[in-house]
Parts: sequence; structure tokens; C-alpha cells
Amino acid sequence: MWNTVFPYILSGISVGGQYALIAIGYTMVYGILRLINFAHGDVFMVSGIIMVYMAASGAPLWLCIPLVLILTALIGFVIERVAYKPLRTAPRMSAMISAIGVSYTLQNLVLYITGGLNQIYPTIPWISDSVTLFGATTKVVTVVTPILTLILVVALVLLINHTKIGMAMRAVSRDFETSQLMGIKINSVISTTFVIGTFLAGVASLLYFTNYTTVIQTSGAMPGLKAFVAAVFGGIGSIPGAVIGAFIIGIAENIIKGLDIILFKAGIIPGPMGLATFSDAFTFALLIIILAVKPTGLFGEKTTDKV
Amino acid sequence: MERNINRKRIDSATIISAAIVLCLYIAVFIAEQILPSTSMLFTVLKKGATYALVAVSMNLCNGFTGIFSLGQAGFMLIGAYVYGIFTIPVISRADVYQYYSGGLVQFTLPVFVAMLLAGLAAAFFAFLIGLPVLRLKSDYLAIATLGFAEIIRALFQWDKLGPVTNGSNMLRLFPTFNDFNIRGADGQVTVYLSTLVPLLISGVCIGAIILLINSTFGRALKAIRDDEIAAEAMGVRLASHKRLAFCISSFFAGVGGAMLAMYQTTVQAKSFTTAMTYEILLIVVIGGIGSVTGSCISSFLFVAASEWWLRFLDQKQMIGNFEVPLLRNGFRLVVFSIIIMIVVLFFRRGIMGTRELPDIIRGWQRKKKGGASK
Amino acid sequence: MKKVLAIVLAMMLVLGAAAMAETVKIGVYEPASGDSGAGGKQEMLGMQYANKETPTVEIGGTTYDVELVYADNGSSTDKAPSAAQNLVSAGVSVVLGSYGSGVSIAGSQYFADANIPAIGVTCTNPQVTAGNSHYFRICFLDPFQGTVLANYAAKELGASTAYCLGELGNDYDQGLLTYFKQAFEGLGGTAIVESFPTGTADFTSYLTNATAYGAQVFFCPVSIAYSTQIVQQAASQGATFPILGSDTLDSNVVAEAAKGTNVQVIITTFYQEGATPEFDEGFKAWLNEDSEAMTNNGGNDMISAVSAMGYDAYYTALEALKAAGTTDSKAVMEALPGVTLTGVSGAIAFDDTGDAIRDAAFIKKINNETGEWEFVTEQTVE
Repeated sequence: MWNTVFPYILSGISVGGQYALIAIGYTMVYGILRLINFAHGDVFMVSGIIMVYMAASGAPLWLCIPLVLILTALIGFVIERVAYKPLRTAPRMSAMISAIGVSYTLQNLVLYITGGLNQIYPTIPWISDSVTLFGATTKVVTVVTPILTLILVVALVLLINHTKIGMAMRAVSRDFETSQLMGIKINSVISTTFVIGTFLAGVASLLYFTNYTTVIQTSGAMPGLKAFVAAVFGGIGSIPGAVIGAFIIGIAENIIKGLDIILFKAGIIPGPMGLATFSDAFTFALLIIILAVKPTGLFGEKTTDKV
Repeated sequence: MERNINRKRIDSATIISAAIVLCLYIAVFIAEQILPSTSMLFTVLKKGATYALVAVSMNLCNGFTGIFSLGQAGFMLIGAYVYGIFTIPVISRADVYQYYSGGLVQFTLPVFVAMLLAGLAAAFFAFLIGLPVLRLKSDYLAIATLGFAEIIRALFQWDKLGPVTNGSNMLRLFPTFNDFNIRGADGQVTVYLSTLVPLLISGVCIGAIILLINSTFGRALKAIRDDEIAAEAMGVRLASHKRLAFCISSFFAGVGGAMLAMYQTTVQAKSFTTAMTYEILLIVVIGGIGSVTGSCISSFLFVAASEWWLRFLDQKQMIGNFEVPLLRNGFRLVVFSIIIMIVVLFFRRGIMGTRELPDIIRGWQRKKKGGASK
Repeated sequence: MKKVLAIVLAMMLVLGAAAMAETVKIGVYEPASGDSGAGGKQEMLGMQYANKETPTVEIGGTTYDVELVYADNGSSTDKAPSAAQNLVSAGVSVVLGSYGSGVSIAGSQYFADANIPAIGVTCTNPQVTAGNSHYFRICFLDPFQGTVLANYAAKELGASTAYCLGELGNDYDQGLLTYFKQAFEGLGGTAIVESFPTGTADFTSYLTNATAYGAQVFFCPVSIAYSTQIVQQAASQGATFPILGSDTLDSNVVAEAAKGTNVQVIITTFYQEGATPEFDEGFKAWLNEDSEAMTNNGGNDMISAVSAMGYDAYYTALEALKAAGTTDSKAVMEALPGVTLTGVSGAIAFDDTGDAIRDAAFIKKINNETGEWEFVTEQTVE
């Protein structure tokens, strides 16, 4: 039984790690601006495309990787300044629509530049190699992803809890207006949030596309959506919540893909049922259930609306 | 806002608006008889009519009630499938359901009955999903309905349901818009109605939505949008009003889905993606959130621009010997998204804001009366 | 401003009309974006090359310039109708395409209503031509291809269990899986069929499934984007079973993915490089000259079968135009059933439903060292 299930859990942890890095960006932005940044998944994709073009231009990898991360963070900064900042006082719906517009624009821009063709992601040495783990063979990146995710999360939590900018972030997410009155520079705090969030999306894109090797304009949509679900699942605004949610969703999704064979081997169902069809749908069903039962997610704070 | 309350009275502006709409219908009818039926104009009008209905139904939910739902593609999918499943002629079923030995459903319903059923099915699913979801706040509701659309898509593609939905394979050979044309004994078309009828269907549905918006119920919805708590204090029952608005909106989205099926001549669950919902949302935004007229105008503009007028951007163009730079496949969409971003950022009220056609006519009338009343 | 623009436009029209000789328009109804964008572009390359080679055609005693009119159907059935309608309103005499059966079916009705014939290039689903008189095709069909593959899996590879994976909601994949399963189970094997949702990038769990079921062959007739993922992930998982694919996998991109790995990839296809050296040489020379064409071919000058098929489709259209003696689309439609020619992919003739009469498919596999396709055998089914 364990031998049957283990490879799926391994895949799930790897996928979960990637979702986690994207989910942090969602959860931080939402925590501060109460905005679902629909374009976040697309920034993740654009980061992959930049890497493809940069590597194709002949630049060495040790230069490409930091440059890609910096550029990705810069894109996050620019998007916030151009598309979200002017709408800060507008109704929340306007900002969300603007986010959808940005997502649409980024996808179309990449479609235009790449001509709609799949781009092959450059191979990053060592993490692209194969490794055997408890009898299951996989890429090194699969093992590296969750470890790197955890390191980054710990660093981020330390940043938020023990630095001045972290304190400012917490203050802004608690009460936007009051913190402004307290002399916190709202704009720089929000920009920092975006920069950190997109930087992590850039890291996620390095790991994700090393694993899956092709980038296309729609590559960011599904991972982005699932990462968002993970963020909601864990309680939006909570970083550990987003990470745990991402791992749960990654593992659940992969187990669904193998559910037929697992149930079949356990003798519960007589033959394949085609349940793998629902691997994506299950994620969303989980979302609706958690929202119906516990709308603030697993670790979300309870909020009450004051009249 | 105050003006809206007195709208029950039918004034000259309303009559003029109705006359304008009627004239447009007559113009379309005449154009259809004169121009070749292969003109892009008719394709745009057909798709525009479909999108107008769906956009108005989304506006009813998002613009008039304040329920930010992103499940539109899911409800359209249900409508399109229900329509397809019940209208494929029995003799064609063996061809369509080729891997499921002709499928389970072995009867055919008339087109309009099937369209009604399409709407009802969508409304029923909306009722079910509304139970857990409508209690949620704005963004959570958006993401939950988005997820719902994804679940529906997977469900309709599941091969265990194949005998009904044809699994991953498309539905086809059902009556389309072209079947509205009246043909003579020799099979030649005598009266072209393939564009007028969809416009009429869409017009009737939108008319019903307008009546609803201007009723007591509609005013209650606007009250909910503007302030839930105040509305509740005024005696509006939140849960039941929201649920009803959501179901009605989905009903019309379902009918719109059936129309989309007729336009496309085939139905495949794969094409009802989140991108489709976003597209409709952008139409609503461009037209003005809270304006039926705006949604209609922007639907036709959006469809015409994306399918027809801007297509030249996708191909190399030569002016004399000069090749226009940048033009190649995909440029159309880039231009398009930039236009959309400009509207979203700088013209936040869209084309119409919250005004309707009669409001504009009233404005003109007042201007004509002279600046004295100013 | 408006006036100036109007004058310029009018001048362009006048000048254009004066400069051009008689022109006949051929519609190219292919995906240039979306899942099948890569395949669609390669198919178009064949047509573009053929158009460059033979830019004129003599119809009824007059020499016509051939103009290719493009419409991107976006690999999606909801974008297909307006793309088809665009070709119709551009006044094309005949349509070529599409790569992908779903979009072909979705556009079909629009061509039928305008009495325009369409020549399917590599759309292999039987539903494309069944029950209509305007759709033709020059490639083999899925029931045939599925049977060939099942035979190969059972007899040549000696497999008794096959794991079959297709994209959810893609009727090309699903149709081929059905025919494969039928044929494979008819030969006494077991076929397990599963589907993945659109946009999937992680196939490791499906590969694990195949191993868990004890499959000896992994059959995945999916589009190029997914198949490269599957090949690479199979390589990094150290999969031992061979991957069996259909005509969609016949691309240099997939071959590149398998280069330097131990994954065996075997496919059926329409054309084998080397069958007609003149075509191969000319086509490669053109690719090396034209950098845009090279990019669309995936960056190297390997010839994909779909390009050869696109080339043949173009000449089939020219033959039909010649036979019709006019550019009137209805006459072309009536002339098409009688058209025969010898293309680079073999002899082309149509049967009663408008399908090509073909009884052989090429089987190729990837050479893991060079990353190129190698000819294995030509398979027929009795």
C-alpha cells in the first residue's frame, strides 16, 4: 500500500512546494491590499519567458538567474504602480478587474512575442539531474523545491516579525488608514510587498520550469489559480497557512490522479473509474467546501464587519 | 439615483428609445435580405447578440446586485450542453455519439423549449451552488464561482457521463441560427432570418431583465448593492433576494449558452474556460457596470473589433513598398488588451457609466429646452 | 484626417487592382496559437513552401496568381467559427486545413453554407468528412491509425497491458484512444484509459500510474506541448516502457526532448524524410534561407510530416482548381472527388466520403543519440 501511494506523495510535495512559493505572493498582497492579484500567476509565467530569452541570448546561467529574479521583482513593482495604485481609493471590484486586465495583457503580450510556440526552458545543471529516492526516481529539483520553500518561508517570517519593514507590513495589513496616520509610508510598504511576492514567484518559476521545461503564455494560469486556492485554503493573509494549504492541495491533487489504481489495488473498486478526470476539479471542490464550512480558511483570523 | 425611482412613468424618452431599437431591427432585417449572407457583419451581429445577453445577465448579478460572480462560463456551458443534448435530431445521434452507441437521450425537443430548458438547468445549478456560496464576501464569492465553473467543465467531460454529454467529444448537428432562414420548396432561402432571430431572442430576454431591474425587486437589489446592512435594516430579505437574482442571472446565462451553441454550430466543454468569463467581465466593464445599454453596445463593439475590424493587425500589411512594422499574429490581442487597460484605468465608468439610453435622450431634450433651466 | 485616410485607402485599392493579375484565393484555416499552434505552423510551412515553388496556376486558359489567405482558429472551437467566416467573406475558392479535428468540425458548417470545399490536411477524426459533401482529406483516419498502433504494440512490442493517456475534452485524443482500445482488446490485451485536464504540466503521477498497472507500453496521442513533457518526465523517472504516439508526436521538438535519454518513442505518421529527396532538399534550403520559417519549424531544418502533408494539400487544391476550370468554389467542390495526384507523401485519391484512399502508415522511432526520427517500417492493416 505504502509503495503504491509514496510516489504520488513525492510528486505532491514537489508540486506543493511550487504552489507554496506562488501562494505567498497572493496571500501577502491580499493581506495588505485586500486584492486578489489575478496577474500573479502570469508574472510567474513571464519570469519563465524572460529566462528563456535571456539564456537564448547567450548569457551565462550564473548571470541569468539573479537577473531574472531582479527583473521579475521589477515587473511586480511596475504592475502595482501602473495598474493598482491609481485604483486604491476605487471600489475593490475595480482593482480586481484591473488585475484581470493585467493578466489578459501579459498573456497576450507573451503570445505575440513567442508567436504562441512553446519555449524550451534552459537546463540548469545539477537540479535537472535524476535521483532515486526510496525506490522512486525523480529529478533533484523535486527534492530541492520543498526544502528551498521552507527556508524561504522561515526567512520571510523572520523578516516580517523582526524587522522594521516587517512591522510596517503587519501594521498596514491590520489597519490601512490608522497606520498611515502613524507615519508609515504606505506606498513603499505596498511596493515592498509586491517586490517580495513577485521575487518568490520568480524563484517558483525557476523551480517549476526546470521541472516541466516548456513555457507558453497560458503556463501561469492554472498554477496561479491553484496557488490562490491554496492561499484561501490556508487562510488568506497567513503565510504559514498558505504554505500548508499549498502542500495539502499538491498532495491531494496527485493522489486523485492515482486514485483509480490506489483504490483498485486496495480492492475498493472493481476497475478504473476515470477519477483522474477530477484532479483539477477536486481542488476547487475543496475550496468551496472550506469556504462554506470555515470561510476564513484553516489559519485565517476571524474578522467582524463593523456597521 | 433619485431619478430612477420615478421611472415607472413612460415618458417620451422611453418611447424614442424603443423606436430606435425597432429601427435597428428593421435595418438588420433589410440588410440581411440585401447583403450577401457570407458578410462578416452578420457573424458579428450573431455573436454580438449572444454576448450581449450574457453580458447583461452578468451585469444583473455583478452590477445591479453586487454579487461578484465569475461563474458565467460554467452556466453558459450548462445551457449549451442542455440545448445540444435535447435538439440533436434522432437520426443524427448515432453519428454524434459514435463512441457511446447513440447516447441515452433518444428524443428531440423543439428549439425554443430546449432553450428554455437550457436556462432552467443553469438556474437549477445556480440554486445548488448558491446555497453554500452566496453567503461569502465579494472576492471569496468570485473565486468560489470560478472554481464552480471549473468543476462543471470537468464533470461534463467525464467519460462515465458520456452517454449523455458525449464525454470529451463535441456535440454537433443540432439546429443552428441558419435553420431560422425560411426556405422555399427548392431548398433556396427565400427570407433570411438567421441574424434577426438571435437578435430578437436576445432582445426579448434583455427586455425582461430591464423590466425586472425597474421593478420593486430590482430596486431592492440595488439597495443590496449599495449597502447590504442598510438594505437589510429597510426590510429587504438579503438571502432570498440574492439567491433569486443569482438564479435569474444564471437562467439568462444558460439561454445565452444555448445561443452560443447555435452560433458555434458545435459544443465542446473545453472552450468554456475562465478566459471566456474574463472576456464577458471586460465587456461589462467597458460598457459600464450597472448599465444595460452599455453592456449591449460594448458587446457588439468588442465582438466586431476582435473578430472583424482589428483582424488586419494579425497579418503583414504593405503600404506601397513599406511593410508596417510589428504586425504579425497576436498583435491584435496586444492592441486589444492595451485598449482594455486604458478603459479600466482611465475611463473607469466605461462607455455609459450607469446611464441608459432613455437617460441620454432625456439629457438631449433638456439641453434643447434651453440653458434657462440650468 | 479621415478624408486623407479615405483617399490613401482608395489609392491603395486602385493601385493594388492594377498591379495584380487575376488572383485565386486559397484559405489557410490553421491554428497559429493555442495548444496546436506549433503543429499548425509546421503544416502552414508546407503550404507556404509549395506556394513559393508554384505561385501561379492556370485555370481555364488564364494564369492566376495564388494568394494564401490566413485565418487563425486558435486551436479552439469557440474561435473557429469567426475564423472560418473570415475566410468565407474573403471569397476563397477552397480551404486547406485544419491541424486538429475539433476545429475542422467546428468550422465545417460555415464552409458548407457558403459552398466552399475544404481539404483536411491532418485531421484524422472520421467525423470531419462523415455525412457531408464539402470536406475532403488527404490523410489516413483514426480507426486505421488506432488499429495500426494497437497491432504494433501487441505484435511487435509484445505488450499485453497498455496505459493510454489523452487530454480531457480533446476529441482527437479521445477518438484515437477509443479505436486503440478496441483494437488492442480485440488482440487480447488490456488497455487502461485515463485523461488529464487541459493545461497539465505535471505528468509524473500518470507515469507512476502506468508503472503501477504494469503497463508494457504507454500510449499518448497528445499534442506536441504535452508529449514533450511526457517524454522528458518519463526520462527523469527512468521509465522502462516505450512511449507510443500518433501523428501529432511527429515533430522535431519531441525528438529533441528524447535526445540523450533512454526513452523509446515510437509513432505512426504520414511521411518519412528521404522519401522524396527533391522536396526534402528544396524545403530545407528554404528553411535555412527564411529565418521566420525556421523559427516556426522549431529552430532546425528537420522536416515534419505535417509540412509534407501541407505541401501535398496545396497541390491537391491546385489540381482541383485546374480540373474545375474556374475559381468558383462550387465548381471546385464538384471537381475535387475526381482529383488524383502523386504527392510527396504518396498517391492521393478520394473515396466516396471524401477520405483519402490510403492503406499504409509509416512507423518511426526516435534515435536517442542523434535526436532524429528513424524509419522503422511501413505498416498496413488487412
